[in-house]
Amino acid sequence: MADWVEACAVDDVDEEDVIRFDHGGRSFAIYRSPDDEFFATDGFCTHEKAHLADGLVMDDIIECPKHNGRFNYKTGQAKGAPVCVNLQTYPVKVEAGKVMVQI
Amino acid sequence: MRSERGGLAAHQFLEVTMAGTMKRDYSLVGESTRRAIEMGLASAEWYHTDVPRKAIKELMQRSDGPAIRDTMIWIAAILGSAAGGIYFWGTWWCVPFFFVYGVLYGSSSDSRWHECGHGTAFRTRWMNDVVYQIASFMLMRNPVTWRWSHARHHTDTIIVGRDAEIAVMRPPDLLRAALAFTGILDFRYSLPALVCQAFGKLTPHEKSYVPEMEQHKAVIAARWHVAIYIATIALALTMRSWVPLVLIGVPRLYGTWHMVLTGLLQHIGLADNVVDHRLNTRTVYMNPISRFIYWNMNYHVEHHMFPMVPYHALPKLHELIKHDLPEPNPSIWHAYREVWPVLLRQLKYEDYFLKRELPPTARPYRGEFHEVNMSAAAE
Repeated sequence: MADWVEACAVDDVDEEDVIRFDHGGRSFAIYRSPDDEFFATDGFCTHEKAHLADGLVMDDIIECPKHNGRFNYKTGQAKGAPVCVNLQTYPVKVEAGKVMVQI
Repeated sequence: MRSERGGLAAHQFLEVTMAGTMKRDYSLVGESTRRAIEMGLASAEWYHTDVPRKAIKELMQRSDGPAIRDTMIWIAAILGSAAGGIYFWGTWWCVPFFFVYGVLYGSSSDSRWHECGHGTAFRTRWMNDVVYQIASFMLMRNPVTWRWSHARHHTDTIIVGRDAEIAVMRPPDLLRAALAFTGILDFRYSLPALVCQAFGKLTPHEKSYVPEMEQHKAVIAARWHVAIYIATIALALTMRSWVPLVLIGVPRLYGTWHMVLTGLLQHIGLADNVVDHRLNTRTVYMNPISRFIYWNMNYHVEHHMFPMVPYHALPKLHELIKHDLPEPNPSIWHAYREVWPVLLRQLKYEDYFLKRELPPTARPYRGEFHEVNMSAAAE
């Protein structure tokens, strides 16, 4: 059974932005969408080792900082070259001002 | 290690080494590839200037406005110069029109290809894709293989055996570099490559950086390009006129010079096998016309460090991080004056390169990789 882990406070992430969250030797990306919802994915791009927290969030897209590969961070879907492999996503909930991720 | 400083500006010095005189193998599936992977130079962690997240996020923001404006000017100039060339066809007055048309077709298409390939020119994805496909055709580039080769170029910039886009290899082939200004090499290599791809054949090099699941797309794209060239030739024969060929395809011969003039300066004469773009990439201040044609790629260190920043924001990025970068060359002419003696020296010692001094405000170059193979120096 996966555990719910506190990733950050709600205010740690700006609207339409992303931050890095490391836990248990793994790295994740925590997103806040323009409509104020939170999402979580694996931290590193599936193409090459670049952290998505350095990338750009546009609507429901995260763009990798290294090669501009794009994913839908809500579904993890790779949106075309140079990314071909989908991104792992994780359930997220907000409780008492904290963003919780099920890992 | 010894270095010499004669004949150069104070902020620059040349460094030469005899170590590692093993000939470079630019194959992407050869000995240099194996060594690059073994040494950790492949897909390495590159140096980045520290920029606050808020500032870089602001610079990365996409907008359709600047690229729509510039693309409308670009298309209008292409159509206008083509119309002038056709109108004055058969007189000397057509020459200036085709001079402009050639540069727009054969040179400015490269920067459009580049920016739209990164997906940074427009905010709207399909706009990037449309301009990317058109520009790829103008450049005789397979839009699929070149997208992947450019991704590799950003992963492993000027890493020998890994980077598929090293324009001038060592020792430099000066005749080949000169021929590049004429576009002849595109006809010699790019066209046959497109024909091979159209028949479903990708080279081992191409297969090394294009994932298997994407390779069929390269074949389809090549077939479209070849079909358009065949249609153009058929039209020229039917019309018994050179005009269709002068407008489609041949501009790569007479209009590619500006692309080469500006593009060669990106990395030529600088270090290879390093993981700091300040060492292997050059920023050059250029005139406004060249910057329009080149879409600000003269800020090339900045582009490589932060490829997410659109072309129109690169001047601002430059102002933000220039304290951490070598001083830019003040002009194209200055940059070539700097490069020429380096190329001549590389004919004899291929390990020779220009190492650019950092300002006192910059973080120093890291030792790892950057001083490898530097245990001895040439005369």
